[in-house]
Amino acid sequence: MQCPKCHAPMHTYNRNGVQIEQCSGCRGIFLDYGELEALTRLESQWSQPAPPPPAAPQAYPAAPAAPAWGAPHGGGHGGHGGHGHYGHQRHKSFGHMLFSS
Amino acid sequence: MTADADTRPGTTLISALTARARATAHPHAPTGPCACADAPLADRPDATVVRHAGTVAKAHAPDADPTALALRVRVAARLPDVLLAPLAPAPVPLRDRLVTFWPYGAPVDPDDPDAAPWESAATLLARLHRAPVPPGLPPMRGPAKAARAVDRLRSALRATPHAPARAAAGPVLAAWAALPGWAGAAAPMPGPAALCHGDLHLGQLVRHPAPDGPWKLIDVDDLGAGVPAWDLARPAAWYACGLLPPDEWTRFLTAYRRAGGPAVPPDGDPWPALDVPARALTVQTAALAVTKALAAARPLDEVEQAVADACARMPALPPRRAPGIPD
Repeated sequence: MQCPKCHAPMHTYNRNGVQIEQCSGCRGIFLDYGELEALTRLESQWSQPAPPPPAAPQAYPAAPAAPAWGAPHGGGHGGHGGHGHYGHQRHKSFGHMLFSS
Repeated sequence: MTADADTRPGTTLISALTARARATAHPHAPTGPCACADAPLADRPDATVVRHAGTVAKAHAPDADPTALALRVRVAARLPDVLLAPLAPAPVPLRDRLVTFWPYGAPVDPDDPDAAPWESAATLLARLHRAPVPPGLPPMRGPAKAARAVDRLRSALRATPHAPARAAAGPVLAAWAALPGWAGAAAPMPGPAALCHGDLHLGQLVRHPAPDGPWKLIDVDDLGAGVPAWDLARPAAWYACGLLPPDEWTRFLTAYRRAGGPAVPPDGDPWPALDVPARALTVQTAALAVTKALAAARPLDEVEQAVADACARMPALPPRRAPGIPD
């Protein structure tokens, strides 16, 4: 991504399991939603001999949201379909469908 | 120049276009012999594309609007971090077509799903959607293309009696009928207009310079002002239809949000914004698949059937609306 201030490229760093973007130009830092809270939480734990915090929080601990009209084994119906379906169709649908208008 | 190849009777468009590509690749010896290979990249009714060395020439659709195409090419020239920049600033006529020239870029490998650049695609879209919409730019053509696919299906139905494919067409047309008018370009698109690509799929990304430069979006023919969720709707539809694994959809959506893309809210459920465009692109994909099956008098294959089945589930579930956007 580009720095909103000086438009130089931003690089992602991992600080104690929190992903932050820092601008390669002006060195400004961009925090995603929730990351400031995550850093504050880490700071408050600093004095405690706590185990290291978990790695970067999962954006989607469960299957991502999907529309109700979606496929029963795929994105739809809560997305609890398992992955076997994709192994079966993956190459075919990838080359066949994902490259055409 | 290349007037002979352009106008000689019987010369195909593809050979005239190749001559133009060669002349552009070698401006100091446009007609001399050269050892570079020519390669046709596409030859469809709506576009003929050839490559000569590092130069690609594209003959646009015969009905392309010259003013709109010129504006679209200019957008590509102005956003070189997002869109592949053209070699020449304006389209030039060749017979009854308009031709544009581009540097060659390396495409996504259709045989390697693991290498698909989901994050790059999402980040490029977010940047495109955040760029200002130039004055006078026409609407993004996604909805018009969906309507055209449905029209083709209706024509094919009138022409063929193949029963299994006819049976598949009913739910596709019913799903289409349940969508709001803007999804088929019958009404203006709602909400604040963003700069949109209009036809995003994995064939619309190349690395330039080839083979390992940064990814760029190509093909500005459908670019315009409109609902930015339309550009996310093909991956969304593939995910909904079970063709794209949840992990890859999540990578795409997360990267788009991280890059500040405006099409969906920064967190929470993205589907109120994606629902109508993803339905429309599912219907478009199914309509084109059923049309092909009708023409070949064959049943749908497994992948096509998954898309048609999604259409069949739609009419019972009314489309969702993005908050604050009227029907």
